[in-house]
Order: sequence, then C-alpha cells, then structure tokens
Amino acid sequence: MTEILAKGAQAPDFTLHVTPDQTLSLSEFSGRRVVLAFYPADWSPVCGDQMSLYNHILPEFRRYGAELLGISVDGAWCHQAFARDRKLHFALLSDFEPKGAVAKSYSAYRETEGVAERALFVIDEKGIIAWSYRSPIAVNPGADGILDALEGLPATENKDGDAQGSRNIA
Amino acid sequence: MTLVEYGDYECPYCGAAQPVIERVQARFSRELRLVFRHFPLVEVHPHSGPAAETAEFAGGNGLFWSMHDALFANQRRLSVPLMIALASSLNLSTVALRDALASGLYAGKVRADFAGGVRSGVNGTPTFFINGARYDSPNGVFGLGEAIDRLLLATTR
Repeated sequence: MTEILAKGAQAPDFTLHVTPDQTLSLSEFSGRRVVLAFYPADWSPVCGDQMSLYNHILPEFRRYGAELLGISVDGAWCHQAFARDRKLHFALLSDFEPKGAVAKSYSAYRETEGVAERALFVIDEKGIIAWSYRSPIAVNPGADGILDALEGLPATENKDGDAQGSRNIA
Repeated sequence: MTLVEYGDYECPYCGAAQPVIERVQARFSRELRLVFRHFPLVEVHPHSGPAAETAEFAGGNGLFWSMHDALFANQRRLSVPLMIALASSLNLSTVALRDALASGLYAGKVRADFAGGVRSGVNGTPTFFINGARYDSPNGVFGLGEAIDRLLLATTR
C-alpha cells in the first residue's frame, strides 16, 4: 500500500460533480484553506458517521478560514440523497468517473474494495498540503487532527472565515 | 476508575448502550465513576439539544441521573412536552424548565461538552473514555466490562 500524499506536496487539482449538474474545482478555492475528507461510502449505518460529525463541527473549521469538502466514489444523485438525509451544509464531491481518479491522485484509493480511503488533507492557501492522515478504514478519524493542523497554520489576515468567497452548495 | 461517555439522548446506539452501562455500573459499583458528557448531533436529532439541556436543568436541582435515565427510557418519543412531563414527574418546576429551555440557560454547558469532545477525539456516539483513554473495540459497548477488568488487574498488581 502506497502512502497517501504527505505534507509539503502540491494538492492535485480536480474538477468533480457536486450535484448532478454542477461541478467544483479545487482551484476555485485558491487563497483559501480546504479540508478534503475522502471517505469510503455514503450511508454508513451510524449516527455519528464521519460526514455527519463534520457537519456539526463546520463552524469550527470556518473559524480557521477553512472550507470542508467530502469526497467518495458515490454518484452525484446518491450524494444528493445522503446530504439531504443528514442535513449536510457542505459539498460532497463525486469521484465517480473515471472511478476514484481523484482519490488515486492523492494515493487514497483502495483498489481491492474500489472505494476511497478514510484520508484527510488540510490544504493551505497556496494549494500545498499542510497535513494529511489516513485512518483505518473502519475507524472514523474524528476531527481533532484536522483542528490541530488548522491551529498550527499561521493566523489568517481575515479571521472570519464566513461566506467571503465561499460557495454555498446546498 | 473513571468511565466517560459522550452521548446523545436521541441516538439509538446510545439508547442500546444504556442497559450494558447499567450492568457495568452494577458490577464495578464502588470502583467506577461514570461521567456523562453531551454530544448532541442536533442536525440529525432535533430533540437531542433540548434533551441535553433538560438533563442539565435537572442536574441543577440534584436530579441529573434520574432525568438522564428517564430521557433514555423515553427515547422513542422525545419531545419538549414530554421533557416537561418528565420534569413534573420528578417534582421539578415545569415553569423553570420551560424558561431554561427558552433562554438557553444550559446551552453553553452543552456546547462546551460538545467542543471538548471534538478536541478529545470523539468520533460519534456513544464514545467512551476509560481513565482518559478512548475506548475503541470491534465489540462496541459490549467489550466495556472486559476492558475495565483488564485495567483493574493492571492497576492492582
């Protein structure tokens, strides 16, 4: 198993569907921090599934001027239903075709199962990976590592990470 | 020994863990201190926030655990009117509870529990910590007793 992209690497750009008719590119977040959360699949049968948990911590991420993006190989319609069910307030990207291509570019794809790893990337304003972490597939990595990484980044000029330049894709 | 549970009164997995925790408490009685911290997933559990505040309100009147048990016992029909009825059955002032919920008197305490949980690595509900270390087991809550046993053995040697 190759290691996921590590601190210091340039975060590979991508353009993926966030809804069946809209796409989003990483380059659109240039000048902002991004938390990229790869996960295996929508609809895991727990209350505190990873995306649901992050949904409740969004204000914390935004306080550090970071935008959260979830990514799995699920299709855009599946993401849409899942996001509605869990009342998510952030974008889920569909790494669906070519399947897992973006996960592969971050070395965060599991060939045997055909799903993304549970892999987290904190990307700074310049598009450089500031922190990355791969969790055992069965373990929800929580958010403490992400918050520690964001805390370790130099303070932003603009502490209010709300709305400015962020796109609301609900 | 301290067992900390981060939980949500509307989470079915926390509800299912209740009888197991009660058995663990009965078994280790004097050797175990149980701490419950609030981790309400309010976006998916609309009643979890008020329920946590209701438990804190009861706690302010020395009846936290009675309310805690009552909330879990009524998990499938949680609502604010039900919480008020539970307060009444515990001889707590229903007017004071209504005021506390309306003014968010205990909302800050619940939020602080949640924020502390996030920073401690809580990754869903229920999450347990035994003497400060996160308890992760494929057997979930059913392995708690055994894990506490192991620790007790290790500490009494």
